[in-house]
Amino acid sequence: MSPDLLKLIFGRLGLDSLPLHEPILVGTFVMVALGGGALFAGVTYFRLWGYLWREWFTTVDHKRIGIMYMILGIVMLLRGFADALMMRAQQALAFGGSEGFLPAHHYDQVFTAHGVIMIFFVAMPLVTGLMNYVVPLQIGARDVSFPFLNNFSFWMTVGGAVLVMASLFIGEFARTGWLAYPPLSNIGYSPDVGVDYYIWALQIAGVGTTLSGINLICTIVKLRCPGMTMMKMPVFTWTALCTNILIVASFPVLTVVLALLSLDRYVGTNFFTNDFGGSPMMYVNLIWIWGHPEVYILVLPAFGIFSEVTSTFSGKRLFGYTSMVYATVVITILSYLVWLHHFFTMGSGASVNSFFGITTMIISIPTGAKMFNWLFTMYRGRIRFELPMLWTIAFMLTFVLGGMTGVLLAVPPADFVLHNSLFLIAHFHNVIIGGVVFGAFAGINYWFPKAFGFKLDPFWGKLSFWFWVTGFYMAFMPLYVLGLMGVTRRLRVFDDPSLQIWFVIAAIGAGLVFLGILSMLMQFAVSFLKREQLKDVTGDPWDARTLEWATSSPPPDYNFAFTPVVHDNDAWWDMKKRGYQRPLIGFKPIHMPSSTGTGVILAGLATAMGFGLIWYIWWLAAASFIAMLVVGIGHTFNYHRDFDIPADDVIRTEDARTKLLAGAK
Amino acid sequence: MTVAVNPSQTGEPVFYVADEHPHPEGYSTSLGFWIYLMSDCLIFAMLFAAFGVLGANYAAGPAPKDLFDLNLVAVNTSMLLLSSITYGFAMLTMQQNKIAQTQMWLAITGLFGIAFISIELTEFAHMIHEGATPQRSAFLSSFFTLVGTHGLHVSCGLIWLVTLMVQVWRFGLIEANRRRLMCLSMFWHFLDVVWIGVFTFVYLLGVLR
Amino acid sequence: MNTDTHAAHAHDHHHDDGHAHSTFSGYMLGFVLSVVLTAIPFWLVMSGTLPSKQITALVIMAFAVVQIIVHMIYFLHMSPKSENGWSMMALIFTIVMVVIALSGSLWVMNHLNSNMMPIHEMTGMK
Repeated sequence: MSPDLLKLIFGRLGLDSLPLHEPILVGTFVMVALGGGALFAGVTYFRLWGYLWREWFTTVDHKRIGIMYMILGIVMLLRGFADALMMRAQQALAFGGSEGFLPAHHYDQVFTAHGVIMIFFVAMPLVTGLMNYVVPLQIGARDVSFPFLNNFSFWMTVGGAVLVMASLFIGEFARTGWLAYPPLSNIGYSPDVGVDYYIWALQIAGVGTTLSGINLICTIVKLRCPGMTMMKMPVFTWTALCTNILIVASFPVLTVVLALLSLDRYVGTNFFTNDFGGSPMMYVNLIWIWGHPEVYILVLPAFGIFSEVTSTFSGKRLFGYTSMVYATVVITILSYLVWLHHFFTMGSGASVNSFFGITTMIISIPTGAKMFNWLFTMYRGRIRFELPMLWTIAFMLTFVLGGMTGVLLAVPPADFVLHNSLFLIAHFHNVIIGGVVFGAFAGINYWFPKAFGFKLDPFWGKLSFWFWVTGFYMAFMPLYVLGLMGVTRRLRVFDDPSLQIWFVIAAIGAGLVFLGILSMLMQFAVSFLKREQLKDVTGDPWDARTLEWATSSPPPDYNFAFTPVVHDNDAWWDMKKRGYQRPLIGFKPIHMPSSTGTGVILAGLATAMGFGLIWYIWWLAAASFIAMLVVGIGHTFNYHRDFDIPADDVIRTEDARTKLLAGAK
Repeated sequence: MTVAVNPSQTGEPVFYVADEHPHPEGYSTSLGFWIYLMSDCLIFAMLFAAFGVLGANYAAGPAPKDLFDLNLVAVNTSMLLLSSITYGFAMLTMQQNKIAQTQMWLAITGLFGIAFISIELTEFAHMIHEGATPQRSAFLSSFFTLVGTHGLHVSCGLIWLVTLMVQVWRFGLIEANRRRLMCLSMFWHFLDVVWIGVFTFVYLLGVLR
Repeated sequence: MNTDTHAAHAHDHHHDDGHAHSTFSGYMLGFVLSVVLTAIPFWLVMSGTLPSKQITALVIMAFAVVQIIVHMIYFLHMSPKSENGWSMMALIFTIVMVVIALSGSLWVMNHLNSNMMPIHEMTGMK
């Protein structure tokens, strides 16, 4: 075939795009192919494709979508953490003339992929998954406001993740750092596909995130059960509301920035170029207008989880509910006023820097108020040191430390010394791991019995907990030291041999975290095997306080046979105290949305379009775009999107629960 | 939703709704669509920010004074304004259940929309022909992107309009279609609001500069 | 109790349809106002009536703000009551965000320009 024809069909994709010369990637590919092949064969052998398609992929049930988000987050955690291990090993080895084991070309992709994956495809899915699962239950709703959109949002996130994963074996990923600053990320300095993978993965996932944000705001605003006024909402729902407001108010900014960067790369415009009046600094400014709210998007729901956990396991009403709500709202607004602290050193004058330095320090006030609320909730409580509570205590210690180094960095003169040093790396891992990741684990351990009907095994859970916490401190405390000594981020080789010991300690810490992750996987496996022993028949295994514990574990498709009526902040606690009797008769048919495959198809087409654009396969991009339009418009011609669960089915489900509850007594 | 819940007559607290009426279909739609519009508003705000920061970087190329023809912009603005009022008439006739008239006003709105897009494309073509391409300077990059994004939104609105006309023709002014027409109405008027920003900040202030 | 919630639902529903109560006179008033509010700024700029460019700029920006409000009220039917005030709340929040992001970007980037411009361009600037 002629090269022109090949180019027309495959764009710039060719055999040389496959990284056959990189032994690490080939090895990884073989392992992934074997694992994936085994999984595929297993699913095929047990004839599970139909079941998965009908019950999971096409589902509009917020609970199943939530679980799928969690699975995505955990799978991507393994990938992102593999990158972390490689970086730690490289930096521990590359001393005294050694080049380590990662060539520069590969190392740069590793640190970029690590950041992108951990933020967009680990932290975001974990947080979104928990919100998706818990919020409708907490507000006594049957589903989210727009169930189909929910399914579509999830698959768009998966589409983005697929593109990032594809970049591992087809072509390469960006070598620009996780925010892809121009001019490095512009076509002149990054002519290959890496940055294009970055752009389209984030754009596609970003659409999903924005839509899911709109969806959850509407759900919380419109679908609360009778009696649940705003100030009677559980704190997790409040934080979820604020997080989703932040999502809707900040992800459009990311969309615009990436769109402008792609115009620069594809069309040759001059937004962020060095010539013709472009300004790379504008990119930095714009992307941090999104980037700073993003970290609060991640951490606010974690705060919500800790609030639920603390009050449940202290057996007390949350201390200072109102102040907690106001602190959350204040953080939501303030998070929009601090973005410049990410680039104090870029050249603004003293007035700008001090304004943003001060706003940054102000944020620590509402955050500190929250910390005291949790402490006062625990004060004189009967604290049960179950797994979620352990994670919460670890969070409180770790997050305060991270917060304090954050205040240090908020002082512009100090930041001039510490900017882009390992001190910064230690700081944000301190708050993201200590806040978001510990929060997600607390949430997983707390709500797992609700989702699956059995608790998680405490032995492996505690093992995982201790590995994680000690590993975390071993891995990141040395980075604070190194940062203060002036080591900058993203370095591949070192000259000064006295630094090596710190990197070795950090690498050992990363190894401990690895054991923590393995223990967690073990915890899931062991809990599944021991599910009869760990079974929860009451629906309320922790003697908890909010509405999600009023229904069975796992909840029926319709969540609540009768919509609850709320009188108090801790609705379920109030019901238990005042002798609530579960209704046994009078069930009616329940109106529910029906499953649809349109979300999967649309997201698949979007991913194909992204792939076409990345590799300049224009026919594929155009065809998938047109197909998306056709499928999307076609979907609007379907006016029958819901059905009734017959009363008989509801009666059968509820009678089964009545028997279970009787057996439990 | 704030529902006053009183204890029943016997004084026992009520913990569930025994006689439930599900939320009507599309209960959250108008709020959801409004929030979407707010997010879209931020997209435009960022494009305005880019234009505000980069809009004076002509890179020794053409400046707004050399390029913009305010007469043409005035005509274009009136197209959009007229389409707004005709969409309003479509909504009024929809309220009175007059299908044929609704369709007619929708069609007229669509024609005004097409006229707007055509004039804009002519303007673009003219500028590109003069050598004022999006690649020429940061000013032109941000100009074409801001105005082009607005034009793209109007084009999407046109596709949506045609889709809705087909749906009204096939299924009548059923509740779902009324809701959709209401959403498109919000979208259309929202684009008009954005255009106020565009003609003021890009064209008028540009020529003034 | 049952009738209570039912009535409350119905009541709710009634309020949520705030968008449906548009009238011919409302649309016409909005249209006439916006024609006037569009025509004046165009005329000001095209004829150069006002003495200085700064004043013209301020005046046309004021007109834009007024016209946006007119559109919001007469075309988008914004009212503090629609969706129990949530629409208005979302709008105010968005305006706050837009103002922060726009003015912040302009302030920051302007500062960077004045601090970071190479010397030769500083002198070469008009």
